[in-house]
Amino acid sequence: MKIKHHLSDELLMAYAAAELPEAFSLVIASHLSMCDECRARSMAFDALGGAVMEDHAVEMSEGSLAACLDRIDTLPQANARALRRSQGIVPAPLLDYLGGSLDHVKWRPLGLGVRQAILRTSDKGASARLLYIPGGAAVPDHGHRGLELTLVLQGAFRDETDRFGPGDVEVADSSIEHTPIAEEGAACICLAATQGALRFNALLPRLAQPFFRI
Amino acid sequence: MMLDATQTEKPDAPFALRPYGAGDRQDLRRKGNVRVTSDAEQPDWAAQVYLVRDRQDKAAFAALFRHFAPRVKAFLMKSGASEALAEECAQDVMATLWQKAHLFDAERASVATWVFTIARNRRIDALRKSRRPEPEDLPWGPEPERDQAEALEVQQETDRLGEALAQLPVKQRALIERAYYGDLSHSEIAAETGLPLGTIKSRIRLALERLRHQMDVKAPQR
Repeated sequence: MKIKHHLSDELLMAYAAAELPEAFSLVIASHLSMCDECRARSMAFDALGGAVMEDHAVEMSEGSLAACLDRIDTLPQANARALRRSQGIVPAPLLDYLGGSLDHVKWRPLGLGVRQAILRTSDKGASARLLYIPGGAAVPDHGHRGLELTLVLQGAFRDETDRFGPGDVEVADSSIEHTPIAEEGAACICLAATQGALRFNALLPRLAQPFFRI
Repeated sequence: MMLDATQTEKPDAPFALRPYGAGDRQDLRRKGNVRVTSDAEQPDWAAQVYLVRDRQDKAAFAALFRHFAPRVKAFLMKSGASEALAEECAQDVMATLWQKAHLFDAERASVATWVFTIARNRRIDALRKSRRPEPEDLPWGPEPERDQAEALEVQQETDRLGEALAQLPVKQRALIERAYYGDLSHSEIAAETGLPLGTIKSRIRLALERLRHQMDVKAPQR
């Protein structure tokens, strides 16, 4: 998989700080499952978080170590759980939202053969959905007002800006007028997150601006 | 698969290395409004975690606790937790470190980085209502401690990152800190940090590539 469109530093830093709405984190975690380059950059931002944490300390209350030592005696050994791995075109983090596999997805028609499925997320900052676009079809105008991340899982689409294939993520904000059209051939399946509520208004539009990458 | 650094490092051209000397990190630290314990000589924390993992060594755990629990507590308080909640969560984080010591891999992250990720997840549960999906699990290599030299380099890069952070102008450093404390309404997120993140990224990138390579060689067990 040759991935051409990656995540911005701003998004990766906000993800490292765990300050994004769940829908955006889902798209980012899915891309990181497909792209080792961004995964490494993401881990570099985790390292920065570690460095930030190292710099300040507040004394623990007396007896806290003893209490913790008592506690770990009662803890069961953490079971070695099975590795969470991606299945086919579905990245591991997305599997949790599909009820098992793509076969369980309840699609709703949007017209012209295009289908979508809204995924259940826990906060209102943004919404996540799967899109199914038959080869050659165009995505009906969905007029997003804020930031939108679109990750290609299968197939490819083109819009006024470029071509997006498997693993590519398009970062768009309301200033970008685009009409994605799926390439001829296999259907294009995408995971998209769209800004929903006003809470992140100040932050998210800024995140859409592409800066340099580490 | 080739481990050609010139190939893997291609997309990060604009990263200029800043000069960073040994510096006066302790002085900078004291300017913060929170008390900081001084630790001139950093012990080998990874070795302590491995002692916890292999021997359930409580002395090693105590050393880790004394260093990291106060830092987790400060991180949580700066993220908006009350002192009581931060104290409780810091204990949880350290208990998690004990339980999950077998998941630590010094080739991918320093102990400080690893503890940060545990603390971050605890903060989501305690303070935020949102979930944070995690990427696919990374495959394990053939043996637990593959390459001491690689682990050491990750640690050194992380140390350098800490030094560089300490030497940033106060305003710029505060911006980065606030981003990690979740104070994004006030801190416009500034990922252009001027920090040597490109080098640490390249190091991790090579480690990931090696892991994938080992998985390929080990035969298809997926």
